Amino acid sequence: MNLTLRIWRQRGPEDRGAMVTYDLPDVSPDMSFLEMLDVLNERLILEGDDPVAFDHDCREGICGACGVVINGQAHGPMDRTTTCQLHMRSFNDGDVIDVEPWRAAAFPVVRDLVVDRSGFDRIIGAGGYISVVTGSAPEAHSTPVPKPVADAAFDNATCIGCGACVAACPNGSSMLFTSAKVTHLNLLPQGAPERESRVRGMVEAMDDEGFGGCTNTGECTVACPKGIPLTSIGNLNREFLRAVTRR
Amino acid sequence: MPETTSLGSGGGSYWSVGDDIVDTAAPDGPIETRWDRRKFAAKLVNPANRRRHTVIVVGTGLAGGAAGATLAEQGYKVIQFCFQDSPRRAHSIAAQGGINAAKNYRNDGDSVYRLFYDTVKGGDFRARESNVYRLAQISTQIIDQCVAQGVPFAREYSGLLDTRSFGGVQVQRTFYARGQTGQQLLIGAYQALSRQIDAGGVEIHPRTEMLDLIVIDGRARGIVARDLVTGKITPYLADAVVLATGGYGNVFFLSTNAKGSNTTATWRAHRRGALFANPCYTQIHPTCIPRSGEYQGKLTLMSESLRNDGRIWVPKQKGDTRSPDQIPEAERDYYLERIYPAFGNLVPRDIASRAAKYQCDDGRGVGPGGLGVYLDFADAIKRLGEDKVREKYGNLFEMYDRITGENPYKVPMRIYPAVHYTMGGLWVDYDLQSSIPGMFVIGEANFSDHGANRLGASALMQGLADGYFVLPPMIGNYIASTKLGSVSLDDPTVTSVVGEVTGRLGRLLEINGDRTPDSFHRELGELIWDECGMGRTEAGLRKALARIPELREEFWRRVKVPGDSGELNQSLEKANRIADFLEFGELLCIDALHRAESCGGHFREESQTPDGEALRDDENFAYAAAWEYTGGAPVLHREPLQFDYVHLAQRNYS
Repeated sequence: MNLTLRIWRQRGPEDRGAMVTYDLPDVSPDMSFLEMLDVLNERLILEGDDPVAFDHDCREGICGACGVVINGQAHGPMDRTTTCQLHMRSFNDGDVIDVEPWRAAAFPVVRDLVVDRSGFDRIIGAGGYISVVTGSAPEAHSTPVPKPVADAAFDNATCIGCGACVAACPNGSSMLFTSAKVTHLNLLPQGAPERESRVRGMVEAMDDEGFGGCTNTGECTVACPKGIPLTSIGNLNREFLRAVTRR
Repeated sequence: MPETTSLGSGGGSYWSVGDDIVDTAAPDGPIETRWDRRKFAAKLVNPANRRRHTVIVVGTGLAGGAAGATLAEQGYKVIQFCFQDSPRRAHSIAAQGGINAAKNYRNDGDSVYRLFYDTVKGGDFRARESNVYRLAQISTQIIDQCVAQGVPFAREYSGLLDTRSFGGVQVQRTFYARGQTGQQLLIGAYQALSRQIDAGGVEIHPRTEMLDLIVIDGRARGIVARDLVTGKITPYLADAVVLATGGYGNVFFLSTNAKGSNTTATWRAHRRGALFANPCYTQIHPTCIPRSGEYQGKLTLMSESLRNDGRIWVPKQKGDTRSPDQIPEAERDYYLERIYPAFGNLVPRDIASRAAKYQCDDGRGVGPGGLGVYLDFADAIKRLGEDKVREKYGNLFEMYDRITGENPYKVPMRIYPAVHYTMGGLWVDYDLQSSIPGMFVIGEANFSDHGANRLGASALMQGLADGYFVLPPMIGNYIASTKLGSVSLDDPTVTSVVGEVTGRLGRLLEINGDRTPDSFHRELGELIWDECGMGRTEAGLRKALARIPELREEFWRRVKVPGDSGELNQSLEKANRIADFLEFGELLCIDALHRAESCGGHFREESQTPDGEALRDDENFAYAAAWEYTGGAPVLHREPLQFDYVHLAQRNYS
């Protein structure tokens, strides 16, 4: 396949940045999207150009490091697929492909396609955990968890924190990310004692980080590679309302 | 310059032999009470004094994340580093299958002793009995800890925890969270760590890479790290340093490791005096998705748990290119079930990997290049129904489909072995302390618990056991029993290590040659895979040992690293890591050359039984090989291994 790539190049947070066009011939349909970028970067290095900076690590869809906006869609055209799992067979010979970083006020650009998502870590630090001193836990079977509850908690626990939800949201909201964590922990009996302080802390942190509000557009769930459902946001709202009315 | 030193040039010998070593921290007496007695003998640090002590933790995976969280919770001041943008992305997150624990919830005859026994045997008698027993003992506590943290393990309709079985084992002791067990355990540790970061007990430095170790008066007192965004080189000082930096599988270039996983932290510590043990012990995992092209930079593993229900076969006829559904039952060879009837498709990883290699070497491999065997779920789907199979393995099937474009519910998967986990690592004693006092090494970065072959679902167990339960009391013991003088940032050692680190990065940028960093990494990796992969021969290893110094010399002459060091420069990060792989790869091959026995995943073709199984040589090699860095030929120190409980025997899974 022969492709034309238009890639966002930005040297640092202060730089204005611009789309730069590269022609890339002989792309194999078996390549992943990131392998295609590797091939481009090898060429750029030998030509004396700066290679394109992008975040990636596990390259199997689980670490959540990768993520770019491809032709306007976070992680590209495939459903439930991270950028590293996207293969070039999803494109056609002669395609022009736009590649941009996540765009959100709370995710400043570090360089090229790399953004700073540390706001997510601070949201987790504000309550996204269960407080248990190492070595003090009760016997695991002493707290049974009904399978449907465990399964629902699990479905929310699969969030990889990639930030596609924020990138896809017209408001740059992190409601889907936060709701997944709140739903995972608040559903479980282990998470119940801290249920209210957790949701209050996390929502507050989310606002402090500059993430936007939710207007139920639903783009987040479309972009989410792990299929976190919109109902989790409903659950977050209920949990929050419950917590503030009980204060 | 030291980087181009050839370890074996000049003389005909690649190494010399030094004194034997012993693990002086290990208690003796009945194995069941060793850990309890060690903990009781350990000195304690008064809770009020702990805040006056600083511990550096490098890495935020299962071992590092758990250690940072626990040490901070106990009151120590922790400075923690990871090269990823968030501690949540450490490569432990990619582990799929599960974590073992001797809970005996199935009442199928499991016990701490049986888990201990299976692990020593599975490791082909090259692990320490004391360490493995402790691991089995702690396993039950790990499950309790994780469940309390909200890790959503799979459950039965009763609300109780579900388990499944794994390779090399005849009981069902593996706890799992669909095919994302590593992710869920890591997120648990990350959340515990995040809580401590928020509380101020942990100072976290993401996107920061350790580039060297600071040793003052013979003790580890700090590290030099580079901020990967600004390029700033900074020394950090502490009372103790913990390395939790994972394995070195990426020396092979193509492996299942995350792209960033590297050996720089452990190799730099080795150069500063830490012994490196058993570097040739790499695990080849049998169920990886076969490589698809020359440009490929990363392989993807399919969880070993698939072998619970999937059946592995190849066509009986060599060079059979028919599509799998055109090959009738009678013309298929379910070779694992045939050769190893008791364990069948669940034989340990080294045995399954080697068996697949033999089928492919013999011309019965399937898929492009004949480097693949089928992993077929047709029978399981017939027996359990597609829904049940989807519930158990859905995300793995989806992942396979994404990567290959084939639907495994309709067509058998193709798998081939790949480098996965490394059992070698920095030498540590029973307290997890390296040969540099004050430097502790935990998780995959150390060598101690897995022997020559790691059984499935035991890496997660070791990472968490080390981080949550073993390291914290041992750090306390070190701090309480050591008189630590104060060190300052203007200490000449600090200045000189910072200077060395800066100089090395500068040199990499100045070369401005005509080859990319990746091209060297690929060449090194292919060489090591060919000569020191699933099968190794003396001639092949000598060939690799002749080529690696040349390649290293070429690297320092021809590599091209664009940009500068005062910015985010991913090519520079990569080149600096590859420079270390180019040194480490040589030690790996030397270790493989010296160990003229077959053992676990390390198969020396000169040493095999008439049936083609690995033939251990306990007479000559029942030891851990701990290598000392000299700048020239390394010195081998042997730690003899004693087996008082699990008696040395040929492994037999048939």
